[in-house]
Amino acid sequence: MSLMQVGKGDVAYNVRSLYRSLLRQSRQFAAYNFREYAKRRTRDAFREHQNETEERRIQELMQKGLKELQMMKRQTVISQFYQLDRLVVEGGKTGKQKGDEGGIVRQKDTGWD
Amino acid sequence: MPNITPSAARQALKICSRRYSPSAFSISTFSPRFATTSSHNGRRTYVSETKPINATVNVDTAIKADQKVFLQEAGKKAQDETMSTTGMSADVMMSPTAGLLKQATIMDEGTRPIYLDMQATTPMDPRVLDAMLPFMTGLYGNPHSRTHAYGWETEKAVEKAREHIASLIGADPKEIIFTSGATESNNMSIKGVARFFGRSGKKKHIITCQTEHKCVLDSCRHLQDEGFEVTYLPVQNNGLIDMTQLEAAIRPDTVLVSIMTVNNEIGVVQSVEEIGRLCRSKKIFFHTDAAQAVGKIPIDVNKMNIDLMSISGHKIYGPKGIGACFVRRRPRVRLDPIITGGGQERGLRSGTLAPPLAIGFGEAARLCKEDMAYDGKRIAALSKRLLNGLLSLEHTSLNGDTSRHYPGCVNVSFAYVEGESLLMALKDIALSSGSACTSASLEPSYVLRALGSSDESAHSSIRFGIGRFTTEEEIDYVLKAVKERVTFLRELSPLWELVQEGVDLNTIEWSQH
Repeated sequence: MSLMQVGKGDVAYNVRSLYRSLLRQSRQFAAYNFREYAKRRTRDAFREHQNETEERRIQELMQKGLKELQMMKRQTVISQFYQLDRLVVEGGKTGKQKGDEGGIVRQKDTGWD
Repeated sequence: MPNITPSAARQALKICSRRYSPSAFSISTFSPRFATTSSHNGRRTYVSETKPINATVNVDTAIKADQKVFLQEAGKKAQDETMSTTGMSADVMMSPTAGLLKQATIMDEGTRPIYLDMQATTPMDPRVLDAMLPFMTGLYGNPHSRTHAYGWETEKAVEKAREHIASLIGADPKEIIFTSGATESNNMSIKGVARFFGRSGKKKHIITCQTEHKCVLDSCRHLQDEGFEVTYLPVQNNGLIDMTQLEAAIRPDTVLVSIMTVNNEIGVVQSVEEIGRLCRSKKIFFHTDAAQAVGKIPIDVNKMNIDLMSISGHKIYGPKGIGACFVRRRPRVRLDPIITGGGQERGLRSGTLAPPLAIGFGEAARLCKEDMAYDGKRIAALSKRLLNGLLSLEHTSLNGDTSRHYPGCVNVSFAYVEGESLLMALKDIALSSGSACTSASLEPSYVLRALGSSDESAHSSIRFGIGRFTTEEEIDYVLKAVKERVTFLRELSPLWELVQEGVDLNTIEWSQH
């Protein structure tokens, strides 16, 4: 019965939906630092306001979240246009050779040894 | 023979039309053998043409070809197989190309270094870029144009940005002057006040500090050439200035005191409030270079009695090439402007503003104000993690005061390791041993020397800058890398061997050569 009550107009449903879209969009940043920050900031902002009860305040925060989502949609596209090499901390941490298709071949020797 | 001549002539014509060099033409006419053989075939060469592509190894295709051969012979995919003899992947072992071109492996890691030099500059926040982009594309009006809508919309946005910056430091929007950066703001404040009040010939003294940024020190040096007297206050061992020394240095003809809020190399936070109170009581103007402080620690120009303040855009995740100068209106601070002209920015800094930069700067300031508590908490936690990890190594020490310290700037000395060689060893981390302005020279940092550090200690210091976008993984990576490489470099050092044996290095008399 609880599932039936969660209609589209429900506030909690909308909030969760916004949270999911924000996180999904955060993952689209090509730059590691921005991606991690966006994910972390989204999580922390929702956690910070999880006990908000006032209707008006919730609406305000929802509006802010929607603005951020629109911003992120634009900025992730830009970020994907200007992709750089990945950071040394990113991806698999082993640094072992993988024969996967489409792997990036590196011939540069950056870093020590 | 006669039948050769027309064919040779025809050949020559053909060659000319193909734009061959004159030498090729001469050879073909006087060499009968070439002429005869080529008469029916157009052109024949005895060596096949060399294309540049044949001389290079295409790593991608070479590796793929090897993998295909392996699959044909073994019936298995090379990347799935592990060789029993070495435990290596068959992909690496069987391929001669992969063996030869050791660097040309397909890595699952990136190669870009981690950025940990937030005192030099910070990455621009995507939200800042988002605010700037409309003003870089469609909204291109001159904010000083009062006659049309293009100017009005830009001016409105610029004034909004000014408000954001003013509210970050507790000032009035009219007190914010946009400049090209903190260096210009420092020059404008110091030279401007000194020249304006020095004209009467009564106020000819300026007080500053030895650990200031180069642009402040250089402005003062220029004023010395113009007949001003400058006192360069020394600092204590912890990097803070002594208030009694400052009070003693103040003279009746002192016009300006310039002390920076947060030091760019050691992250020490000066007691600006006390200095401000002292200066106000003596009716001296107080300028502070707060490029490293604004947006990171709470600042209120009224509470701290600051008369002039320099702010930089690119230290608070804004765009480079923009800064601001706070110039107090009540009580009014009068300046002699360096750049004169159209009278923009209250006549203190003429020239058309850069609206996209100013708007980006404003947005960055707004974000800093909004997120100051969140960012501050996070940076402090990361800094604690980094500092604990670094100080757990032997013979390391934090430079500067431990309590009055901005956590985002960690300056650590690694004894018996040369700082420059450690920086070279830490190629996968973007670090600096001091200010970016002096990083081209190998001189030890003058800031650390002013703290009373020895040459060796100043040489072995490294500055770690933590910012909004630094992650825990990066800190852990840095800690691991620094630990490994400091140990490695110390193993190479004969001094370290002596220290391990318990010899005090100061007692050794090094023989002269």
